[in-house]
Amino acid sequence: MSEYVGLGLFALLGSVVVAGMLTAAIVLGPKLRFSEKLEPFECGERQLVSPYQRFSVKFYLVAVLFILFDIEVVFLYPWAVVFRDLGWFGFVEMGLFIVVLAAALVYAWMKGALDWS
Amino acid sequence: MDPVLVGKAVFIFLVTVGLFGPVMTWIERKQSALMQDRVGANRADILGLRVIGLFHPIADAIKMLTKEDTVPTGAHRVLHALCPFIAATPALISFAVIPYGGTYTAFGREFNLCVADLDYGVLYIFAIGSVATYGSILAGWAGNNNWGILGSLRASAQMISYEVALGVSVIGMFMICGSVRLTDIGLVQQETFRLFGFLEHFGWIAPGTGWVDAITLPMWGILLQPLAFFIFLGAIMAENKRPPFDLPEAESELVAGYFTEYSGMKFGLYLLGEWTEVVVIAGLVTALFLGGWAIPWVSDVALIGFLSGLVGSDWGNLLAMLVHVGVFLVKLVFMIFFQMILRWSLPRFRYDQVMNLGWKIMLPLSLANILLTGLAMLVVQEVTS
Repeated sequence: MSEYVGLGLFALLGSVVVAGMLTAAIVLGPKLRFSEKLEPFECGERQLVSPYQRFSVKFYLVAVLFILFDIEVVFLYPWAVVFRDLGWFGFVEMGLFIVVLAAALVYAWMKGALDWS
Repeated sequence: MDPVLVGKAVFIFLVTVGLFGPVMTWIERKQSALMQDRVGANRADILGLRVIGLFHPIADAIKMLTKEDTVPTGAHRVLHALCPFIAATPALISFAVIPYGGTYTAFGREFNLCVADLDYGVLYIFAIGSVATYGSILAGWAGNNNWGILGSLRASAQMISYEVALGVSVIGMFMICGSVRLTDIGLVQQETFRLFGFLEHFGWIAPGTGWVDAITLPMWGILLQPLAFFIFLGAIMAENKRPPFDLPEAESELVAGYFTEYSGMKFGLYLLGEWTEVVVIAGLVTALFLGGWAIPWVSDVALIGFLSGLVGSDWGNLLAMLVHVGVFLVKLVFMIFFQMILRWSLPRFRYDQVMNLGWKIMLPLSLANILLTGLAMLVVQEVTS
């Protein structure tokens, strides 16, 4: 349990320091506000298009691929820790798993899901 | 609550965050100056004392705290204030699991130089580190700014892409150490292996040949897993979005990327998070691949035994602790400097190059590394048993 005391203390200290700096920045600074100053930065132009619009589907694709391969990592970690005890059996089993996932990667690659040109 | 534990946590927090954070801003400026043959920051003074510019972090902090905090019209006010917090805090609290040394017994107590010696240590850093992704993604979203949105889209895709390669690349090291606890990984790296031991096991040389036993190498991650070391370093630097991976905040293209609409200390917190992350990366790479607190060829037990013989058991342990912390800090500073040299040595990637590097080079290579490591370990097991 003693580890969690240190961990909690660290999290508390970190949060308090950062939150304190944020609050100080908001409270301490001068407050001279007028509408031109509060415009979103657009290199001196008026904002022509709203930033909240549709963006490239590529980003969704990357997110889906990320979830797929991150779950693979989740499976690999416990296996890696007990690898020595599992021996050849564990190696072959996980080798098959990795080959299947590598096939998925190759498929996504061939389909052009990883191309950004 | 145990006062020693609390004191240790507070001390390590103050050193890492209160000392490394501000000093990093100074190191960064001085190192940039060094690379560009300039003098660098040296003007800030207190009563005429300049101390090679070491007061600049204080001046910077005062300046940032007293700057106006602007929130653009149409921005999400709550998220706008929350994002710097989400981006900076994870970097500060990941230090909790990095071991600065081993375990020492002195004056009837056991000292352990790690705030939280969690048995899932590396996973904790990865988990906390992923939270920082939200800080960058939401920052652009909250600011109602076109550059911000573009920057945060780039940041999100880049960070999650490299998280995969990052997670897979270290698995080889976990297989060798049989643990994800950073102190266990440090202990494994204390040991040495015989470089030409295989000649003996294959029966090519008679056992007990002198020079085979003499040529040993420490079991450091960088020697056992060289490929994983390079992939891990590259991927974790891409996670931190520093040059040459600074596309989400590319000044020449996106103004300042996802933190375009931030000013004052809110802006400063992004930089604080980034600099603290540089130190975390250096610490993590040191603990995983550079032997942690280990002195090559000198094990903890040998060092403690030697120092205990000189000044007695209690002080010997404490001295060994200091030596180990010093060794760890030397490696840490080396890794920090290495990252800064890379920053000024390499040009910025193009976006498709970044994504190709992550998905098409690092991920397949780190998957192959797992299979190769597994095969090598099993062959070694067969031959030696």
